[in-house]
Amino acid sequence: MPVEIDLTELQSAPRPNRRRRILPGFHLTLGFTIFYLSAIVLIPLAALLLKTVTPTADYPSVFAVVGHVVRVATDVRAFDSYRLSFGLSFAAALLNGFFGFIAAWALTRYRFPGRKIVDALVDLPFAMPTSVAGLALTQVFSTNGGYIGQVLFEWFGWRIAYTPWGILIALTFIGFPFVVRTLQPVLADLAVEVEEAAACLGANRWQTFRRVIFPALSPALLTGVMLAFGRGVGEYGSIVFISSMIPYATEITPQLIIIKLEEFDYVGAAGLGLAMLVMSFAIVMTVNLIQHLAAKRRRTA
Amino acid sequence: MKRATTDHWLARYLFIGILFAFVLFFLIFPVCVVIFEALRGGLALYLSALTATHSVSAIRLTLLVALAVVPLNTIFGVSAAWAITHFKFPGKALLISLIEIPLWVSPVIGGLMFALIFGRQGFLGPWLDAHNIQIMFAYPAIVLATAFVTFPFVARGLIPLMQAQGSAEEEAALTLGANGWQLFWRVTFPKIKWGILYGMILCNARAMGEFGAVSVVAGSVDDRITMPLQIEQYYLNFSLPQAFALASILLLLSAVTLAIKIGLEWRRLALNIVRPH
Repeated sequence: MPVEIDLTELQSAPRPNRRRRILPGFHLTLGFTIFYLSAIVLIPLAALLLKTVTPTADYPSVFAVVGHVVRVATDVRAFDSYRLSFGLSFAAALLNGFFGFIAAWALTRYRFPGRKIVDALVDLPFAMPTSVAGLALTQVFSTNGGYIGQVLFEWFGWRIAYTPWGILIALTFIGFPFVVRTLQPVLADLAVEVEEAAACLGANRWQTFRRVIFPALSPALLTGVMLAFGRGVGEYGSIVFISSMIPYATEITPQLIIIKLEEFDYVGAAGLGLAMLVMSFAIVMTVNLIQHLAAKRRRTA
Repeated sequence: MKRATTDHWLARYLFIGILFAFVLFFLIFPVCVVIFEALRGGLALYLSALTATHSVSAIRLTLLVALAVVPLNTIFGVSAAWAITHFKFPGKALLISLIEIPLWVSPVIGGLMFALIFGRQGFLGPWLDAHNIQIMFAYPAIVLATAFVTFPFVARGLIPLMQAQGSAEEEAALTLGANGWQLFWRVTFPKIKWGILYGMILCNARAMGEFGAVSVVAGSVDDRITMPLQIEQYYLNFSLPQAFALASILLLLSAVTLAIKIGLEWRRLALNIVRPH
């Protein structure tokens, strides 16, 4: 008598993928993760996107809504705010690239008294609420009674607070740890043997630095600069204090979004939000690209 | 003999000098300014500034917000790390990227999203108005906006930590007859408790200090705003002693946060920690 094989039973046997789930809690934890992610991040993001295409009483058709979104996101006031937000964040990121590199180099390469304390203090801008930083920096740089600001104003006529310079200082403060903390582990991992080899081959210290050390560090340096840049673009808390927020002159994009909301122009606010979201996404993608290329180079090297 | 890999002494002093100048000028000086300004009117004025009605209500609201946000994000962080590190499933890389969204989105946009849902012209605004439910300019919206901003903090620290630890001990416990909860509390939790604490204190510091996201959803109604916003209100009203008194409390919080964080890192109790940016 031929043996009958029940194919349906074979097909319904657990797939190997499912059998690998030995530990309990897969459905519970993944379910909660996706639920909470949707509630806090995905649905709100979708609401922002949806708002830029949903007709309202003021803009009764999709074309009218999108037209308004494009108008708000591309008008002169918006462009002035982008220029300020992105330009100053980029300048602050470059400053941080310079000082962050020196700080990371000194902290990993040299031994000096107070090194551990200074190393710990680098994280202060991460731990310190931005409003406290903003308040303190304003008190330091205000022309009227500021600890440094008054001196600079009386001696040289320089104004720092309530001008773009103040924003630049606040953004530099906020972004400082990013470059240091991305560079430190890479600097620590850099093998001394490579530098010794370069020296053996007759390179002087500067050549070793420029040809050997710097190329190995540049992806991390670039990543840190881009992270500081991204953080600066979205910064609001500290700038509220140190900037006068004059339209077209010292108004950053997050401030313009809040003004649109206060004017009950929700569609316009959503449009500006979308524009910022796209630009921030581009920055993140650049960071990922840098790291991808660096990893590829390490593999082929 | 001079070693080939040592920098010139001039470069060495220059670099250390620049580092110290930068840290002194940029980090230590502003901190001293806050402490000095808070106490310059004397201890009595400092205490009365702290116990002013608006200060007390702001401190209370800030604590209540952190009390909701930190546990929520911690439960999420542990659960996400468990699912991501112990199982294989399609879309895992995507899930990790999605968890990191709040790290690169401006906090103001975080607040804006909730305003677009719950605000008067938001998607749910008219319905909430009709049913007399207050979410915007109130506790629920502040909690949601803060939860968004601090969303990845616990998860991002735990995922690499649990990935490095692997699943072998959990699987061994399972073969010895442990059930799911025993497994978590007796085997996994002791291994990750410092990692959880690390994420929690960072999450807490950010939750209590968040400005951008909360300022969008909280407005400027006195008695319904958190400490950072109250600092701004005091500043705008030229009540500088009160502003600096509140700022000194937040400064103390960041000092404690930093101390615990450094303690955990130096003792290497929380290995493989990735700093959330």
